[in-house]
Amino acid sequence: MNILEIKNLRKSFDTDTEVIRNISLEVQEGKVVGIIGPSGSGKSTLLRCATMLETIDSGEIIYMGEHAVKTDPDGKVIYAPASQLKKIQGIFGLVFQNFNLFPHYSVIKNITDPLITVQKKSKDEAFEIARKLLDKMGLSDKEAAYPCQLSGGQQQRVSIARALALNPKILFFDEPTSALDPELTGEILNVIRNLAAEHMTMVIVTHEMSFARDVADHIIFMDDGVIVEQGSPEEVINNPKNERTIAFLSRFER
Amino acid sequence: MELSVMLSILLKGMWISVNIFTLTLLFSLPLGLIVAFGRMSGNFVLRNIVKIYISIMRGTPLVLQLMVVYFGPYFIFGMELSSNYRYTAVIIGFVINYAAYFAEIYRGGIESIPVGQYEAAKILGYSKTQTFMKIILPQVIKRILPAVTNEIITLIKDTSLAYVISIPEMFSEAKAIASSQKSVMPYVAAGVFYYIFNYIVATTMEWIEKKFSYYKIS
Repeated sequence: MNILEIKNLRKSFDTDTEVIRNISLEVQEGKVVGIIGPSGSGKSTLLRCATMLETIDSGEIIYMGEHAVKTDPDGKVIYAPASQLKKIQGIFGLVFQNFNLFPHYSVIKNITDPLITVQKKSKDEAFEIARKLLDKMGLSDKEAAYPCQLSGGQQQRVSIARALALNPKILFFDEPTSALDPELTGEILNVIRNLAAEHMTMVIVTHEMSFARDVADHIIFMDDGVIVEQGSPEEVINNPKNERTIAFLSRFER
Repeated sequence: MELSVMLSILLKGMWISVNIFTLTLLFSLPLGLIVAFGRMSGNFVLRNIVKIYISIMRGTPLVLQLMVVYFGPYFIFGMELSSNYRYTAVIIGFVINYAAYFAEIYRGGIESIPVGQYEAAKILGYSKTQTFMKIILPQVIKRILPAVTNEIITLIKDTSLAYVISIPEMFSEAKAIASSQKSVMPYVAAGVFYYIFNYIVATTMEWIEKKFSYYKIS
């Protein structure tokens, strides 16, 4: 079953520069999709369109068979009504490059508050969910701390726990290790590896090639707003065929 | 005049100053937030009306504004208002002036919150109101406290401007006693009272700022 389907997506900022040029992709349940490509290739914009942080110029975004947005024959973009969008919003989660934790909330409140405010869970239930996830992230001793007292890696683990708490069907990662010191990236990559082992459906934009190769079932190489090459990690990363992919990958040690 | 008599007159005046101060804050702090929303509105007309209002409030002397609010209804519209209107006028004058300053402080605070906070809240499913009340506003308050403290301290001293429409607040009383007694003592005493008032307020604000120091905004 497809959790996410994107068809003929186009997005431009201003009027002349098209950042995403006709991209279509599918993400099946339990699969991990890695998106790689040079800076400015549109990877992050693609995630931001899929999570509806950006509006699109044309195309379709479908979550679990339901249209979040579609384009009618005369090119008019139609978003689903607010009530339906709210439901669709609950299907996905997003982990940001800069964590975006709420600085005035403690670690545990960052996780429990959305559960209580948005999902209307009881306080007890919310705390139970949060404690379980903090334990999984190895942060049980930090529940009373504030984000400013944590390392970048710890903050990112909290933000992953916060996203997981809402029980999304698909989790997006927008360069989850790019804001971290090199020695801290490993802990985040391990967390994501463990999620992959549990068959969490994920779409990961990353610059960590060896990680993408290990963790992803499907790799998409993007450049200049289009999908240049896609396939299994074996095909795309180990044996790239397109010369742009080859040129890009040659800049990484493999 | 005995010192005790003078002090009791000054203290009565100070009570009025304290009232002007309290009522001004009570109304101008929330009004300022509404004005700030108008100033940031996507509606061109509303935004520019609010911009002009703020510009006038900040660009003309408060003394003059107080006089316009007090004398305006009679001289412009020929309205007969009781002399008690002066108390209403002084509060209106202070509130609309301070709301303009607070609005600009709020706006600065709101605009300084990183867009990522809004995006995280949106992804997590918070509504727009929930996002503002639970995520944005608490951080805004922490950020703007030093600037608000500044305004509040200025307000204490500005209450003395109410003398222009003959409100018997502390400064008016000091002036009256000083000219009848040909003494500078009432001014000195009033100065001491203003200072004490300010000291209490500044200490309170410092305490509130400390209450917010448990976290840092990235």
